[in-house]
Amino acid sequence: MPLVRHGKITQDAFVHVADDAPLPGDAAILISAARFLDDPEALCRRVGRTGVIWPNSRDVDDLVPWLDRLAVVALVFPSFRDGRAYSQARLLRERYFYRGELRATGQVLRDQFVFMLRAGFDSFEVKKESDAMAFAVTAKRYSVFYQPTGDGRITALHQRMQMRHSESAGQ
Amino acid sequence: MYAYDELDRTLVNERVSEFRDQVTRRLSGELTEDEFKMLRLQNGVYLQLHAYMLRVAIPYGTLSSTQLRRLAHVARRYDRGYGHFTTRQNIQFNWIKLAELPDALADLAEVGIHSMQTSGNNTRNVTSDQWAGVAPGEIEDPRIWSELLRQYTTLHPEFSFLPRKFKFAITASAHDRAAIKIHDIGLRLHRNAEGETGFEVLVGGGLGRTPFIAKTIKPFVAGRDLLSYVEAILRVYNQYGRRDNIYKARIKILVHELGIEKFAQEVENEWRQMQGSALMLDDAVVEEIRSRFSYPAYEKLPHLPEELKNAARDPKFEAWRKNSVFPHKVSGYAIVTLSLKPVGGPPGDATADQMDAIAELADKYSFGEIRVGHEQNLVLPHVARRDLPALWRALDKIGVATPNVNLVSDIIACPGLDYCSLANARSIPIAQELTRRFANHDTANLIGRLHINISGCINACGHHHVGHIGILGVEKNGEEFYQITIGGRADEQAAVGTLIGPAVPYGEVADVVEDIVEAYLALRVRPDELFIDTVTRLGVEPFRERVYATR
Repeated sequence: MPLVRHGKITQDAFVHVADDAPLPGDAAILISAARFLDDPEALCRRVGRTGVIWPNSRDVDDLVPWLDRLAVVALVFPSFRDGRAYSQARLLRERYFYRGELRATGQVLRDQFVFMLRAGFDSFEVKKESDAMAFAVTAKRYSVFYQPTGDGRITALHQRMQMRHSESAGQ
Repeated sequence: MYAYDELDRTLVNERVSEFRDQVTRRLSGELTEDEFKMLRLQNGVYLQLHAYMLRVAIPYGTLSSTQLRRLAHVARRYDRGYGHFTTRQNIQFNWIKLAELPDALADLAEVGIHSMQTSGNNTRNVTSDQWAGVAPGEIEDPRIWSELLRQYTTLHPEFSFLPRKFKFAITASAHDRAAIKIHDIGLRLHRNAEGETGFEVLVGGGLGRTPFIAKTIKPFVAGRDLLSYVEAILRVYNQYGRRDNIYKARIKILVHELGIEKFAQEVENEWRQMQGSALMLDDAVVEEIRSRFSYPAYEKLPHLPEELKNAARDPKFEAWRKNSVFPHKVSGYAIVTLSLKPVGGPPGDATADQMDAIAELADKYSFGEIRVGHEQNLVLPHVARRDLPALWRALDKIGVATPNVNLVSDIIACPGLDYCSLANARSIPIAQELTRRFANHDTANLIGRLHINISGCINACGHHHVGHIGILGVEKNGEEFYQITIGGRADEQAAVGTLIGPAVPYGEVADVVEDIVEAYLALRVRPDELFIDTVTRLGVEPFRERVYATR
C-alpha cells in the first residue's frame, strides 16, 4: 500500500508492529492504542520514533498528554463511509495543536483527499496505487473553500471581505 | 435573489469537473458500482427502478426565471420533458443517462444550480419558508441565514461522511411553512427580550421508520454564533451517532437514546471549547451575504385596483383568488401559489413547457422570481394585485391554476413504486384517484384545509406521518396495502399521526379516505372547525368506527 506524505509517494519509515510482536529495537514503529496506553511513558522514552494507530471509536482526549512526544498519529477509516476520523483529525490539529505526522489509514481513496487535507492529515496510506499516483492532481482540484479549518486555506467569506476592502481602498 | 459571485461559480464548476472525472472512472471500469455509489450519491444521483435519477437542489426554494428555464432545458434535453418537485425544495429528473449527467450538471452550473449533497449521508439542501422575504410579519428574511448555512455545509471537510443524512430547515414566521420540527436541525428566527435576533434551535426531528418531532436544544443562539453552534451539534453527532444500524443512525435516535438534556449538555461542552472559533460571524460578514440578495423595487399600488374589482364578477377567478392568492408584506402586491396538483395528475410534476411558461410569467409579473414550497407547489412571490386577473388567465391556460391549494386534493406524494427502487407500493396513482374523487371544487372548499400525504414506503419521502391524513404503502404477501393515519401535522404544532386500524388494499384506499372525510363532515361542530381540529378534539376512535364498521 503506497504511502503519500507531504504530497509525494514515499517509503514508509514506520513499521506496523502487532500487539503480540516484540518491539524492533530502535526502529520507528506504529502500534495500537491499546498497546501504547499500556505503558505510554516507556514507549515515549524509546530512542526510535513511536507512532500510535488510534481507533475512530475512542476519544482523542486520552491521547492528549502524549501528543508532543509522538511522531505519528494514524487515524482509521474502516470504510470510506465512516467519517469519525475527520472530527478526530481536526480536534488533534486545531484544539490540541498536534504538530506531528497525522496519517490517514484504512479505506483511503482518491475522492477523500481534499477533505482529509482540509481536516489536517498530511500523510495517507492509500488503498490503490492509481489513487496514490493521482494525489497531486486531486489535491489541487478545488480552489474555493467555504469552511474555516486549521489548514490555513482562506475561506470564501474572508476572500470576499478582502476584496471588498481592496475595492474600497482603491476608490 | 442571491447572486452567485466568482467564488461560488468556481466552486460549483470544480465540483462538476470532479464529478465528470468520477463518472469517467466508473464508465471505464476503474471504479466498481459499489465504489461509485457513494460518489454519485454525494452528488444527488440515485439508481432507480428504470434509470438513474438526478436530484437538483433549489436552496431555500428560491429560483430565478433564468434558472427555471435551465431546468426546463435539462428536462427537455436530457430527460423526458418533465421534472418532479420534491418535499425538500429539490427537483428530480427520472430518466437521465449516466454518460450525459456531467453535461447536464455543467448546463445547470452556468446558472448557479447544482446537485451537491442532495443525497448521501451528509448535510442536505437547506430548506426554508417559500414565502421568505415576502411574508407579512416575518422577523427578517431567513434566506440570508439559509445561504450562510448553504455555504457552510457545502463540501464540509468534517461532515461529509456522517452516520446518516442530515437536514436543516429555517423559518422566520410564527406560522411554520418549512416543517422545521421534522428536520434534524430546525431553526426558528426570533427576537429575544433584549430585541436581539437569533435562533431557537431544535434538534432530532425526522420521519422514516421511527418518527420524532424535534425538541428545543437551545432557546436562543445569537446569529453570530449560529455556525459554531451548528458545528458543535454536527461534531457530537459525527462522533457518537450510531453507525451499526442504518435505521438507528439519524441524529433523532442519538437524541432519543441520550435524552435531550444529556445531548444538549454534550453539545454545550463541545461548543464552549469552540470559543473564539473562526466560525464566528461578525456583522460585516453577514452584511456581505445580505448585500448579494436583491429585492424588487416595489411600486406604490392600490390594494383594490379596478382590474381586480372587474374580475371579481368571474366566479372562476374568484374561486382561484380566494384559494391561491395570499397577503404580501407590501400593500398592492400578493403572493400567488401555482398548484402542481391538477385533477388526475401526479403531484409535483411540471413539464418543460410549463416551466418555460412559468419563467416567462415570473419575468412579466413577479420580478423574475419563483419559489418552490415543501408542499410541491410553485409560488410567484411578488405579483401586483392589479395583474392577478391576467396572471390567472395565463396560469389557467398552462394548467397550474387549479384552486385546490391546501385543500384535500393538494396532495403531497413521493414517486413511489412507479419509479423508486425502495418503494413497496405505488403513491402516484393513489394521489391521482383521490384528486378525481375530490375534483368538485365546491365540495373540496366545503371540506376546507386538509393535507393528505402519501409515501410508498417507510422511508416517508411523502411525509405521511405528518399528513392530516397519512397514507403509507406497505407490502403484504406480494400485494400493495396501505396504512392510514390521521391527526399528523407538519407546522408549528407538528405531531405524528395515529394509525386508525389495519392496512387496506390498494383498491380501497380512496373509499377509506372518503369515509374519513364524510365522518369529519358529520362530526365537526362548525363549518370552520378544520379536519385536524376535529381529530384533535375527538381522537381517532369515531373515524376508526366509521371506516371499519363495514370492512
